[in-house]
Amino acid sequence: MKILVTVKRVIDYNVKARVKADNSDVDLANTKMALNPFCEIAVEEAIRLKESGAATEVVVVSIGPKACQEQIRTSLALGADRGIQIETDTMPESLNAAKLLAKVVEAEQPGLIIMGKQAIDSDNNQTGQMLAALLDMPQGTFASKVELIGEKVHVTREVDGGLQTIALNMPAIVTTDLRLNEPRYASLPNIMKAKRKPLVVQTPVDLGVEMKTHTQLVKVEAPTERQAGIKVNSIEELIEKLQNEAKVI
Amino acid sequence: MRESMEFDVVIVGAGPSGLAAACKLMQQANEAQRALTVCIVEKGSEVGAHILSGAIIEPKAINELFPNWQEMGAPLNTPVTEDQLFMFLNEQKSIQFPNLCVPKTMHNQGNYIASLGNVCRWLAEQAEQLGVEIFPGFAASEILYHEDGSVKGIATGDMGISEYGQQKDSYMQGMELHAKYTLFAEGCRGHLGKSLYKQFDLDAKSDEQHYGLGIKELWDIPADKHQPGLVIHGSGWPLGKGTSGGFFLYHTENNQVVAGLIVDLSYQNPYLSPFDEFQRLKHHPVLKQYLEGGRRISYGARAITKGGFNALPKMTFPGGLLIGCNSGTLNFAKIKGTHTAMKSGMLAAEAVFEAINNGCEGRKELMDFDNRFKSSWLYEELKQSRNFGPAMHKFGTMLGGTFNFIDQNIFGGKLPFTLHDNKPDYAQLKSIHDYDTIEYPKPDGKLSFDKLSSVFLSNTNHEENQPCHLKLTDLQIPISYNFPAFLEPAQRYCPAGVYEVIEEETGPKFQINSQNCLHCKTCDIKDPSQNITWITPEGGGGPNYPNM
Repeated sequence: MKILVTVKRVIDYNVKARVKADNSDVDLANTKMALNPFCEIAVEEAIRLKESGAATEVVVVSIGPKACQEQIRTSLALGADRGIQIETDTMPESLNAAKLLAKVVEAEQPGLIIMGKQAIDSDNNQTGQMLAALLDMPQGTFASKVELIGEKVHVTREVDGGLQTIALNMPAIVTTDLRLNEPRYASLPNIMKAKRKPLVVQTPVDLGVEMKTHTQLVKVEAPTERQAGIKVNSIEELIEKLQNEAKVI
Repeated sequence: MRESMEFDVVIVGAGPSGLAAACKLMQQANEAQRALTVCIVEKGSEVGAHILSGAIIEPKAINELFPNWQEMGAPLNTPVTEDQLFMFLNEQKSIQFPNLCVPKTMHNQGNYIASLGNVCRWLAEQAEQLGVEIFPGFAASEILYHEDGSVKGIATGDMGISEYGQQKDSYMQGMELHAKYTLFAEGCRGHLGKSLYKQFDLDAKSDEQHYGLGIKELWDIPADKHQPGLVIHGSGWPLGKGTSGGFFLYHTENNQVVAGLIVDLSYQNPYLSPFDEFQRLKHHPVLKQYLEGGRRISYGARAITKGGFNALPKMTFPGGLLIGCNSGTLNFAKIKGTHTAMKSGMLAAEAVFEAINNGCEGRKELMDFDNRFKSSWLYEELKQSRNFGPAMHKFGTMLGGTFNFIDQNIFGGKLPFTLHDNKPDYAQLKSIHDYDTIEYPKPDGKLSFDKLSSVFLSNTNHEENQPCHLKLTDLQIPISYNFPAFLEPAQRYCPAGVYEVIEEETGPKFQINSQNCLHCKTCDIKDPSQNITWITPEGGGGPNYPNM
């Protein structure tokens, strides 16, 4: 069985995001970029399934400018077998990403598609669901456990107040949650080997997808800064301030 | 058994010296049409993540390495247009020196204001295109030796070890990287370099090394205040008597300025806090006029090796070399170390390539390096500046500055005597009973800030569940000796708030918040008991400087 894993290049989670001076977007100039942590968990899960003998090949796909090949290489260093980059100038919105991925799925015919539940930059949490709809495939979102049992994939989902386990016919789409696994580190020899693993580049035109714009980024604002606290001298003063300044009582 | 990999050359650290060495090695190999395997390990999460410098860069070395660097797109975009030098008398007053009175080494025509982090990112791209393997996120944690005592290579640290030493789920054993020659380019006070000094007695004939702590911030400022290419240096206030150092403010590209303060770690007052000195410095009218209305976007700190010529150790030993600030090639008279670090790497690359090309299998000491070094402009330049630092230490900023003016401008650094300064920085600290406490003003949140909100902007991070990378030789010393004698100065010299003394019911307790660490190495240098040893944490940890 072949597993397709989607990966996205995002701002590193250690970096404090900064808004551009004109509020048009987050400033990414010279900022450290990394593999989206949920995508990393997806790669790890696919490799574990391959190591257990349940899968035979792990293919990673990423959409974005040439720089996203770095994240594909990282995935290959972790143990994926080959990569596909769909070259776009900017990060496409979720629906376009799903349409592009649908074409890749049609060409690759994987038995299982594992995706991060969301990317930590835009926090949309919708590409996986959209892809399932476009392909008319079953989906198991927010997975904290994935097991292949017979012809089905059992996905334990983190839902409000507990866990829900569902069985899906394959091919199916699984989106990963934080507790699914702890990703490994890439070893030096594997990083070197990853440089020689196959990576093909395609364009939206190759895939026959028209990139329509449905949403427009109007502005990005930093959270308002918290005011410094003050010290009060008496309970009376505290109550007075809560009543008249904070207006909470 | 650890796995191992073989290379011709392994380089520790992707800074200017390591990257220049790697590029020079491959250029020679390509020219000679000879296969050569060169690998660089870098503890930062990416190249440039741990690089912090002023920086004004003299293009001498890059001109030699890549003569067409301008067409190649090297990020040296802001030529220096104007030099200003100040002496601050107090929090309001200052004297600006006329250009004629400035030591020649402090003139910056022909130099560029740049982010050294971005220069390193660019150098890394060139190195990779030339065929160098660069591995960011891997810390060289151990030196490997052959049975004959020569250096065999390094080992990277184990990953995925818990705070208490157990293997976690993500455990990955470190790897041995063997090489014919290993170049140590860790920067100032590299922790492997420190053990090489001991192992091979490299500093037997040199003066005591001296250090400074540089603290730097990057600011977006209003466009109408921005003068690209303007360079401001100065000294004096807020540093008091017996403390030398100096500040800088450079106008770089994109309406940004960098401001910083270098405090010599030979300071004696145990109450001194370099971080707070820098915060109050920014309120001086000379700096405030540019920073006011701006926004601080990054913060960082790094120790500087500034002993210069007199403190230069022997740079070669069997199987390897020490290059760049790891050996102390910075020219303190110019406050510049990039061109000298790069040149030292390039000279090392020449010596190493010649040896390998002649069939050398390593283990030997590259005796030839010394000749190359001594006949280079690097040696000449460092020699001319040899008295600059010791003069400042001996005579103070005013008299020392005058001496340096005469030495550099009239005698061109050729005065027939050499000043020495042999007291180590850690031994300079005096007791709290000799000084009054320093009351630092509260940060206003506009120009000055507290430590924690500053560290936040360095993007530093360490995997939480790992062994502490700041090792105390004696667990008792911070409280039993350092606290009563110096009020544990680590609380103040550390620019990242790593060290704290917490008052508990049972008495004071020493706490190490190692996640905050900026890898500046000041604690390893300044602890009066030399009780703190900085070792590499798990690879990839530490600051993530954007363009510092």
